Amino acid sequence: MSRISLPHPGAFSPSRRRFVTGLAAGGALLGLGINPATGRAAATPPGRQQVLSGTRFDLTYSPTPINLTGAERQATAINGTVPAPVLRWREGDTVTLKVTNHLAEDASIHWHGLILPSSQDGVPHISDGFEGIPPGESFTYQFPVKQSGTYWYHSHSGFHEQTGSYGAIIIDPAGPEPFACDRDYALVLSDWSDEDPNHIYATLKKLSHYYNFRERTIFDALAEIREKGWAGYRAERDMWDTMRMSDRDISDVTGYTYTFLMNGVTPAEGWKGLFRRGERVRLRIINAAAMTFFDLRIPGLEMTVVAADGQNIEPVTVDELRLGVAETYDVIVRPQDDRPYTVFAQAIDRSGYARGTLTPDLALAGEVPEMDPAPILTHGDMGMDMAAMGHAGHDMGANDSADGGMPAMDHSGHDMGGMDHSGHDMGGMEARPAIGSGTAGYGSSRPVVHADTEYGPHIDMRADAPQYRLDDPGVGLRDNGRRVLTYADLFNIGATPDPREPGREIDLHLTGNMSRYMWSMDGIKFADAEPLGLKFGERVRINLINDTMMNHPIHLHGMWSDLETGDPGRIPRKHTVIVQPGARISYLVTADAMGGWAYHCHLLYHMPGMFRKVVVS
Amino acid sequence: MKRTLIALGTLVLATNVPAAGGDDPVLAKVMIDRFERQHTGGDDPLMLEADVWIGRDLHKLWFKTEVERVGGETEEAEIQALYSRAIAPYWDLQVGWRHDAMPKPERDWLAIGFNGLAPYWFEVDAAAFVGGNGQVAARFTGEYEWLFTQKLVLSPELEVNLHGKDDRATGVGSGLSDLELGLRLRYEIVREFAPYIGINWTKKFGDTADFARDHGEDTSDAQVVVGFRAWF
Ligand SMILES: [Cu+2]
Repeated sequence: MSRISLPHPGAFSPSRRRFVTGLAAGGALLGLGINPATGRAAATPPGRQQVLSGTRFDLTYSPTPINLTGAERQATAINGTVPAPVLRWREGDTVTLKVTNHLAEDASIHWHGLILPSSQDGVPHISDGFEGIPPGESFTYQFPVKQSGTYWYHSHSGFHEQTGSYGAIIIDPAGPEPFACDRDYALVLSDWSDEDPNHIYATLKKLSHYYNFRERTIFDALAEIREKGWAGYRAERDMWDTMRMSDRDISDVTGYTYTFLMNGVTPAEGWKGLFRRGERVRLRIINAAAMTFFDLRIPGLEMTVVAADGQNIEPVTVDELRLGVAETYDVIVRPQDDRPYTVFAQAIDRSGYARGTLTPDLALAGEVPEMDPAPILTHGDMGMDMAAMGHAGHDMGANDSADGGMPAMDHSGHDMGGMDHSGHDMGGMEARPAIGSGTAGYGSSRPVVHADTEYGPHIDMRADAPQYRLDDPGVGLRDNGRRVLTYADLFNIGATPDPREPGREIDLHLTGNMSRYMWSMDGIKFADAEPLGLKFGERVRINLINDTMMNHPIHLHGMWSDLETGDPGRIPRKHTVIVQPGARISYLVTADAMGGWAYHCHLLYHMPGMFRKVVVS
Repeated sequence: MKRTLIALGTLVLATNVPAAGGDDPVLAKVMIDRFERQHTGGDDPLMLEADVWIGRDLHKLWFKTEVERVGGETEEAEIQALYSRAIAPYWDLQVGWRHDAMPKPERDWLAIGFNGLAPYWFEVDAAAFVGGNGQVAARFTGEYEWLFTQKLVLSPELEVNLHGKDDRATGVGSGLSDLELGLRLRYEIVREFAPYIGINWTKKFGDTADFARDHGEDTSDAQVVVGFRAWF
């Protein structure tokens, strides 16, 4: 028995009701699934998720006891489960969702990645006419479902998302799927802490490296001096020491306080999903974490990525992929052996992992691989123009040790020549414009300029020479010997829906001060910022420049972010885009949704500052 | 005063941070840098060095205190109440009032200083003081951290005090008055609590040394110290 064990697409309707009732019954067992302290019949697969389908839904927030670590805490659970129930909709239906709030504070639900009217988007004080759901009250959302694929929903109030207010949305297409599969699982990845999220936020402001237990030690320094000599060591350290930044600063909040979950199940217990040898298994992977990027792989299986952020893409086969917070990928795997396969999702800083098993037999569990070495940032990750700095050799050294000791060049090599990866694309295809050439699909040709508002005590860094790094899998994944998905691999499966050239460009710098734990855009935090105005119907390019040393997953509500990956005819649509540290990235937006929309970093503790209201009028 | 502050702090910590806006709640931090017994030949002094701040990202009210007790008597007690304003990514400008309650007679000062992190990771607190009696003074403290492990930290410290003129009543002389060098090895059981052992060496110079000799005190002193560091 499996959680979302679906019949073939097409054979859907007749079995649907029985399927749903079966899972509803299963849903009652979920409390056991998220509570390893209580006993459970051995045959019950852990992490059984409740699935709700149809067009009318009742969702209720209530404080719910949860015990994932041996200590009981209160989750802000929806319908009593963490994650919240999987919502299964059908493209073309109109869904009605009554959300009741039994918490002591205002609550909300935002339907992440859904194209809907602003009034139904669920962001208090941003969405048109929506002020949140007060305690004891209900709000009924209603909107037509105009898309298909894998999405998710979560709270947009306070820090409720950290305490369990998230769940998967699966939307079946009106027509046939472009790819077949025999089984279908949602994999909701998340991070749980026993700490009050308000306390986490306050702690980060008091001591920003509080959760980082991978700082450089005297012994690291001695080893590097032995290896590179004093001069080499100093040349390598100088920038970091003068900037007062740590190249070990990967995640703000780590496995020190987090337990990483797969479908609400701890790594100790492990989520399990069944398959039969030779079946095509579709995994809908959703990063519903508050603060954690996951690098996911299934040793022994290659994954064919068929959708990004719910939207079908040209299938691409990889060994590993990184999910920024709020991103989703659909992959299809085809296990050929009668053995368990571990679904291994390491936190980006390697402070822990979420784990599950695809298995032909619930009694079996897969071997858990070693975590990779913790990543170390390079000068390139700080947006330095390495050719100009003359440090190229040192950077490569750092990269090598950071990324598994592979002697091969990594992607920073491209940057070092002062070029970007366009050189790559140029090789294969004649007369293609380079990334950064300015035409639709290729990103901006504008020079990067730092505004006056980017100077002051609230900003600790500005990238000197931010590069497009579309084919860079990111820190910790370079040259690890595996095929790792990059944004340069993403191409829409159909023609670009809006092939217009952008009428104008908007530059937005992602800014902050790590040690004061302040976050902003263009050096202006949300509380002080004017809304960003878009003209209804316009096609606009947004250029994001990351002037920090963190990865930021940037999410625009209500409209697609058409990511410029180097092919104007097949521009992929995303709702959340990772901007790598010290890098730039561009996407096109068709402003086809009137009203107020949230636009923000999806790292929960960056969001209060790194946030804009977008108004389309 | 302190109780009020702590109560206020607790109240503030309990407030909710909304997801949009409210990025900058009023917070409070209490930091006991050193609370230690210094092992000398005679009466072992008890030392407290602590900071309390309350405020937002860029603006804070900042209190600093240093107290030394020997044989049940408070020998030195100083408190500073400062307005702390961020002026650079790693630097706060701090302006306010310093009060020396002990030794008698009491002294009051206007304080202005910089507190922050210098390049190469030196924690620095440098301040100038203007006293009511026309005295001027300067103090520099610097601290560095070497990590043996993520929890075992060796921390050298330096403090230097300078004065504009002699103040016989409080025993300070003009010029370089005294210098303190410390080396502490702490173990962070958790980030918030770390017991330590260390050595501390102090030396008085010039007239300050003479005044000390007049009172039959040593002009230089090395001690083994045992204490803890804590914050919340
Ligand atoms: Cu961010």
